[in-house]
Amino acid sequence: MEKILEVENLQVSFHTYAGEVKAVRGVDFALEKGETLAFVGESGCGKTVTAKAVLRLLKPPFAEIKKDSKIICNGKDVLNLTKKELYEFRGNDVSMIFQDPMTSLNPTMKVGKQIMETLLLHGDMNKAEARKETIRMLEMVNIPGAAERIDSYPHEMSGGMRQRVMIAMALACEPDILIADEPTTALDVTIQAQIMELIKDLKERLNTAIILVTHDLGVVANFADRIQVMYAGQVVERGMTEEIFRESKHPYTWALLNSIPKATNELKEELYALKGTPPDLILPLEECPFAARCQYCMPICRERPSLETALSDSHKVSCWLTHPKAPKVTSYYDREVK
Amino acid sequence: MGNENIMEAQDLCKFFKVGKKQVLKAVDHVNLSLKYGETVGLVGESGCGKTTCGRTMIKLYEPTHGKVFFEGEDISRLHGRQLLAFKKNVQVIFQDPYAALDPRMTIGEIISEGMNVHFKLSAKEKEQRVANLLDKVGLNSEYANRFAHELSGGQRQRIGIARALAVEPKFIVCDEPNSALDVSIQAQVINLLIKLQKEMGLTYLFISHDLSMVKHISDRVGVMYLGGMVELADSRELYEQPLHPYTQALISAIPLADPEMGKRQNGMKLKGEIPSPINPPSGCKFRTRCKYAMEICKEEQPKLLEVKENHFVACHLCGDTHGGKDAES
Repeated sequence: MEKILEVENLQVSFHTYAGEVKAVRGVDFALEKGETLAFVGESGCGKTVTAKAVLRLLKPPFAEIKKDSKIICNGKDVLNLTKKELYEFRGNDVSMIFQDPMTSLNPTMKVGKQIMETLLLHGDMNKAEARKETIRMLEMVNIPGAAERIDSYPHEMSGGMRQRVMIAMALACEPDILIADEPTTALDVTIQAQIMELIKDLKERLNTAIILVTHDLGVVANFADRIQVMYAGQVVERGMTEEIFRESKHPYTWALLNSIPKATNELKEELYALKGTPPDLILPLEECPFAARCQYCMPICRERPSLETALSDSHKVSCWLTHPKAPKVTSYYDREVK
Repeated sequence: MGNENIMEAQDLCKFFKVGKKQVLKAVDHVNLSLKYGETVGLVGESGCGKTTCGRTMIKLYEPTHGKVFFEGEDISRLHGRQLLAFKKNVQVIFQDPYAALDPRMTIGEIISEGMNVHFKLSAKEKEQRVANLLDKVGLNSEYANRFAHELSGGQRQRIGIARALAVEPKFIVCDEPNSALDVSIQAQVINLLIKLQKEMGLTYLFISHDLSMVKHISDRVGVMYLGGMVELADSRELYEQPLHPYTQALISAIPLADPEMGKRQNGMKLKGEIPSPINPPSGCKFRTRCKYAMEICKEEQPKLLEVKENHFVACHLCGDTHGGKDAES
């Protein structure tokens, strides 16, 4: 398969009054044409920052992408694009839908105009063509009465409708990659199902690759081809969806999978709960970032983090438990399945 | 028999005036009773009236119509001391732990504020109680001198729980207590709520749109749609054999955290969105999105009927099997 995005050793720091917060600490990944890759993890683990870095949406003096980082998309070196090239790049190559459809749309502009703006900026359409195209986009995302809705303001629409507008806007220039940052977190389950179905359908029709940022493992299980579990600004485990759900090897992945109630749980049975909070990213981290919360923590974990071990072509994990000399442990989850 | 129920809402309505002449029926003739020590979950899409229902039951809103009984007493008649006692017995845990705590008060002050109203305690006793409560919700007693902004979301939600427990209530409305939290933290909060219920015999009204969490914590679950209760049953029963088409759609929309089971899901997708509650459809309010909608659904609003033991459904489809039409008159 053709790789359309390659990220190598991505490091992002934020400069705050308290000091330098290393939000992303050496993330590598590649994205192939037409696949869906999910970033999973708790809040503050660097999922969104990684996604935003790909679009260069992080403001420079405050956020810094370190020199060794490399982002190559469609043969373009994203980190060295000029301002003009960047405008071309955003929307044409990669675009993004945000978590909160209520605040991501301009409340003073008609939704149609907001979509047309993108089209006029990127394509060589005149206004009438852009309007026609906008109506077509709105129909594509299943907005009923698109020809009238084009002149609605965002406040006249429901949350689900606004998210559809956001999707239409993001897809207006037919990007190769769509970054969906928690696209359904603010929505109801029934609307969530509709939106995810829409994204899946559009992905198949337009062959767009998707980066899905979410903490909802249910959504991930149904929509992602590959999963990358992030913790404290690093990727701790990655693999195909099946591998993560069935054969995960990292205790953090186990913890995430175990904290959701399952059909096999007794009523009011105690759920597995991960204790503590993620490490403070201002402090240097020499140990395995998960060591402090890990129930299988060994002395070596406190000394240095494990390197990434490949278990299969796609399944990789950074944990000392995969070392041949480490004790054999099975997750709580495994016990329950068998 | 009425004595078993700690809380009972009869024909509860809460209407809000919108604009000049329009009325929003947020809660429309809901009957709900809770037994001592049980957890009843309320689920539904946003805007279906679950929060309003919870708030009206604890007198945060005055009902437009209908009555609420707490331990057999009509709460609309309570005054003075009795009202104070009622307020001590019912507490609420709010959705957003970031907005629910006063940023200018220390945690100790937040937790003890309710005690000042309801108990006469010396400073020392108060301090002791705050320390006990913090311990109960799994926090160090040192937190009493901190401010809310120093705590994480999960810790704040624990403070919210400690504050609710401070006045030794019997009944707690948990209004989406975990929707603002991460999955791992959600499990902590849910475990804590379950543990406290076992220890203190609390009764919960658990409002949430996270259906799998509701299933896990609730003995019975009520499903609301546009202000009305459409189905009410034991939680296992409801999830395994949902009878109302809306409940079926809701349950099949839960994304299962299992790649294989997810694919097997029957994908009964709901089309469209919840209609405006200001001008709801005639007859059965769900008919505009229901794939089984019939002629009768347009004309008559189905009543909530007991079709099986402890399984109530408001749907014309289910009414027939159990002589539903007879009960209509």
